[in-house]
Amino acid sequence: MKRMPLKAKVLSENQRVAEALRKTFKKHGILCLNFISAPGSGKTQLLESTLAALDPETRVAVLTGDIQTDNDARRLARYGFPVKQICTGGTCHLDGHMIENAMSDWDLEKIDLLLIENVGNLVCPSSYDLGEDAKVVLLSVTEGEDKPLKYPGIFFKSQLFLLTKVDLLPHLKFDADLAEANARRVHPEIEIIRCSCTEAGGLDAWLTWLKNKMKTAKAA
Amino acid sequence: MHELSIAESILSAIQAELDQRPGTHALKVGVRIGSMAAVDAGSLQFCFDSIVRDSEWEPLQLEIILAPAERLCNRCNEKFVVLDFNPVCPACGHEVTMALGGDELDLEYLELDEPETVAVEAAYELETQRGTGGER
Repeated sequence: MKRMPLKAKVLSENQRVAEALRKTFKKHGILCLNFISAPGSGKTQLLESTLAALDPETRVAVLTGDIQTDNDARRLARYGFPVKQICTGGTCHLDGHMIENAMSDWDLEKIDLLLIENVGNLVCPSSYDLGEDAKVVLLSVTEGEDKPLKYPGIFFKSQLFLLTKVDLLPHLKFDADLAEANARRVHPEIEIIRCSCTEAGGLDAWLTWLKNKMKTAKAA
Repeated sequence: MHELSIAESILSAIQAELDQRPGTHALKVGVRIGSMAAVDAGSLQFCFDSIVRDSEWEPLQLEIILAPAERLCNRCNEKFVVLDFNPVCPACGHEVTMALGGDELDLEYLELDEPETVAVEAAYELETQRGTGGER
């Protein structure tokens, strides 16, 4: 028997596609964000409210992944930006090929911001690089404060943690500081923003973060 | 949940190696999984074994090597294994430390059946020697 060392990633084929996508995004000055959370944390609502708040001149495109239905794409298409649904047909995550295929007929010169809503799942999407500039993990205040410890992988890999639905805090026993401390235990460098899609100004900090990121992507 | 896709990716990677070495068979593969990789070892083992059983891949085995998350202290350079998600340096108590991997999902090694491997290697060596005029 002969043992030979291998130096490769298990998901090297996905990694190859993701690196090609990343290069393409960079070339066109596109900021790409990959939104990941459990089902029901408010990814689609956050994107809807973000699209509504953005200047109509902003050149944004959205890809939204679900196992079934194009409900999310129909919700998001109301804001006049190009939106495409990726139906994974059972697969629990998006992968690089799905993004590549979905974007094949888009003119990338006309896009500055690409928002990818992953399949609702806190585990599997964290393994698949989509060529994004940053992963954004969402956790809503109706979930548990210990979610970052139960699902450390995605908090470890995300640059930004959005704590959503904070307008509900007065009605809940949820300890927002503890949730944030747990996320920092897993990933001390993670950026954290609290947001609400129903309160006036509830998205200001998030929108500022987004606009700064877009400026950086354009300048790079 | 995505462990079946990962098991299939491991087999594709092995196939790519075998394609470069005609006539060889894979006996065992080692895969390193970081504790932050969001991959469940038990589930991956189950999925892998299920694909391999009664297939042309038999008797291929999967060895999973679990890699703990490690961090490096920014002050004293201590490299330490993270226990209970505590990122603070155990040597000097400094709170600013840097992650060293943890999200690995890497192919570590592949074991091939010996007789044909040796034959292929011998042939390769002979070819190399001829190509370089016998110099080593």
